[in-house]
Amino acid sequence: MNRPIFFLFAIRNLRLHWLRSLLAMLGIIIGVVAITSMGILGSSLVLSISEDLTTVGDTIVVVPHTGGSGMGGGPGGGGISSDNTITSRQLERITRASVPHTVIPIYSGGERIRIGGEIGFAPIYGMRTADIPILLEREDGQYLRGSSGAMIGSRLAETYSLKVGSRILIGSDEQPVRVTGILEERGMGFDINTDSAIVVSERWYENRYDPSGYDRVIVKVRDLEEIEAVKSSIETSLNRRETEVDVYDTRAILATILETFGRISTFTIAIGGISLVVAGVSIFNVMMMSVMERYREIGVLRSIGALRREIRRMFFYESLLLGVAGSIIGGILSVAGGYLALLVMLENTSYLLAPSSLIYIPIGMAFGVGTSILSGLYPAWKASEADPIEALRHE
Amino acid sequence: MTPAIRFLDVSKIYSLRSGDVTALDNVTLSIEEGEFIAVMGPSGSGKSTLLNMMGCLDTPTKGQVFIGEKDIGEMTDDELTMLRREHLGFIFQQFNLLPLLSAIENVRLPLILKGGDPGCTDRCMNILAEVGIEVDRLDHTPAELSGGQQQRVAIARALINDPEILLADEPTGNLDTKTGAQIMDLLVRLQKEEGKTIIMVTHDPTLSEYADRVIRIVDGRIA
Repeated sequence: MNRPIFFLFAIRNLRLHWLRSLLAMLGIIIGVVAITSMGILGSSLVLSISEDLTTVGDTIVVVPHTGGSGMGGGPGGGGISSDNTITSRQLERITRASVPHTVIPIYSGGERIRIGGEIGFAPIYGMRTADIPILLEREDGQYLRGSSGAMIGSRLAETYSLKVGSRILIGSDEQPVRVTGILEERGMGFDINTDSAIVVSERWYENRYDPSGYDRVIVKVRDLEEIEAVKSSIETSLNRRETEVDVYDTRAILATILETFGRISTFTIAIGGISLVVAGVSIFNVMMMSVMERYREIGVLRSIGALRREIRRMFFYESLLLGVAGSIIGGILSVAGGYLALLVMLENTSYLLAPSSLIYIPIGMAFGVGTSILSGLYPAWKASEADPIEALRHE
Repeated sequence: MTPAIRFLDVSKIYSLRSGDVTALDNVTLSIEEGEFIAVMGPSGSGKSTLLNMMGCLDTPTKGQVFIGEKDIGEMTDDELTMLRREHLGFIFQQFNLLPLLSAIENVRLPLILKGGDPGCTDRCMNILAEVGIEVDRLDHTPAELSGGQQQRVAIARALINDPEILLADEPTGNLDTKTGAQIMDLLVRLQKEEGKTIIMVTHDPTLSEYADRVIRIVDGRIA
C-alpha cells in the first residue's frame, strides 16, 4: 500500500536533480551499449566464421606425426618417422581402417611459377584424378583426366588472369602445364587450401618430385555421426605401438576455433564491463549525494513513522530506476551500437539480428540493472541506518 | 489510570571522544493524559534528549521510559517506529515538511505509511480546516508557503493519525510573535477540545503560560 509513495519519492527526486540523474543514467547506457555491441560483434564473428567452415565438418585429416603439417596447430612430436610423410603402407592401413569411407591421399608442395612475364609462388597439390571431383568443385573448364594438365584455384586465376587453356611454367626449369579447369572458391579449409593453388595429377607430381610418401590423407566421412568411430579406428590401426600419424577431425578443429573466438568475445565483453563498473561508481556517487542531501528528510520520515526498510526501499528505487531506465535506453541503442561495431570490424551486418547476437541485448541490460542494484545497496543501507536524532539536526 | 508518559530513574550518557557526557541524570517524571507540559531549560540542559526519548527516537542508557504501558527500552527499532507512527505526533521548529511533496501529500504521508486510504477523507478535511489551511494552498509545495502556513501543515501532519501525544520542539521558534500566538492557540485548542497530551520544549518564558505545568531541566536534572 505504501509502496507507491516511496516510488513517487524516488521519481520526484530523480526529476528534481535531472542533470545528475541523466549523467548517472548515461553511464549505464554507455556500459550496456558497450557490453551488448561487443557481444553482438563476438557472436557475429563466430557466426560468420562457422558459416565459412561448416562445409568441411565431415572431414578427417591424417598427417604424419612430426608437426610441420601445415595445419598450424599440430603438436610437434619426437620425429620417429624420419621423412614426415605417409607411406603407401600406412595409406593402405588408413584405407582399411576407414572402410567404407572415401580416402584421398594428397601430395603437397609448392614451387616458383611463371606466367608470361610474371613470376610468383604457388602451392601445388598432387591428387588422384578420380578424387578431385569428390573434394573440389569446378567453376570452369574440365576436371583433370590424364596425367598432364592442372586445375587452378579461382584466386590464382584472378591474380594472373589465367583462363582455361592458359600455360603456367613451373619451377626453375619452367616445366609447362596447361590449365584444364578452374576451381570454385572454397575459402579457408583445414584439409587443403586450393584457392591460390595448383592441383595436378598424382602421376605428374610423382614424376616431377619423386616424393617418399603422401603429405596428408583426407578421409571423407559420409555420416557426421561416424567421425569419432573412423577417427579412433585409424588411431588404433596406426598409432597402437608408436604414434605414426596425427588424426584431426575438422569438427574438433572448428570447435577449438569457435571456442577461441568465444574467449575473445568474452574478453571484449569484459572490457565493456569496465565501463559498467565506472557507471556503477557514478550511480553510487549520485546515491551517496542524494542520501547526504536528504539526511534531514530521512530524520523527518523516521520520526513520523517510516520504517528502516521503507527508507531503504526509497533510495533503492532511485538507483533501480536509474539502472532500469539506463538499461532500456542502452538496450535500444545497442542495436545501433552493434550495427556500427559490425560495420567497422566485420564490414558485414547480416548477423546483427541473429538470435545468438540479439541475446546479448537482454544480457547487457541485465548487467546494467545488476550494476545499479549493486551500487544502490550501500547508499540505501546507509540511509536506513541513519540515527533519526542526528539526521533531524542535520543542516 | 496509566500516565501517558513515565520516566523511571532515566539516565542518558553519550560517549564522545572527549569523554562521556551525561545528558539526562536520574530523571523520574510522569505526565498524565491530556496534560500540556512545557519543558524549559538552558541550551545543553538535556531538554532535547528528554523530548527525543518521549518521541521514541532515543532510548535510555539506564532506567525505564514508558509510553502508555510500553517500555521503550525493550522494543526493537521497528516497534518504536510503529509506536511513533500510531501514537505520537512531531512538531518541529524548522517545520520539516518534505520538499518533494505538496502540502496535502505531506499531511497524508503518515496515513499512507500506515497503509491507509491515500485519498483525503472527511477526517482529513476536518483536520485541515481545524489547523486553518486554506484549501487552495493544498497543492503548493512547502517552499511556496509562509512559515505560519508551513507550521499549520506540519501540525496537520502530526494530527492525521490521531495520536494521543504531540511533541513540539520550539514550535514557534521560527515564527513572528503574531503567528506564534496563533499556533499556540491551536495547540491549546487541541489539548482542550481533543484531549491531546502535549509536550512542548521552549526557552521562551511567555509560552510557558499556555502550559498546565512546566518541567525545568538544568544539567540533565529536573530542577
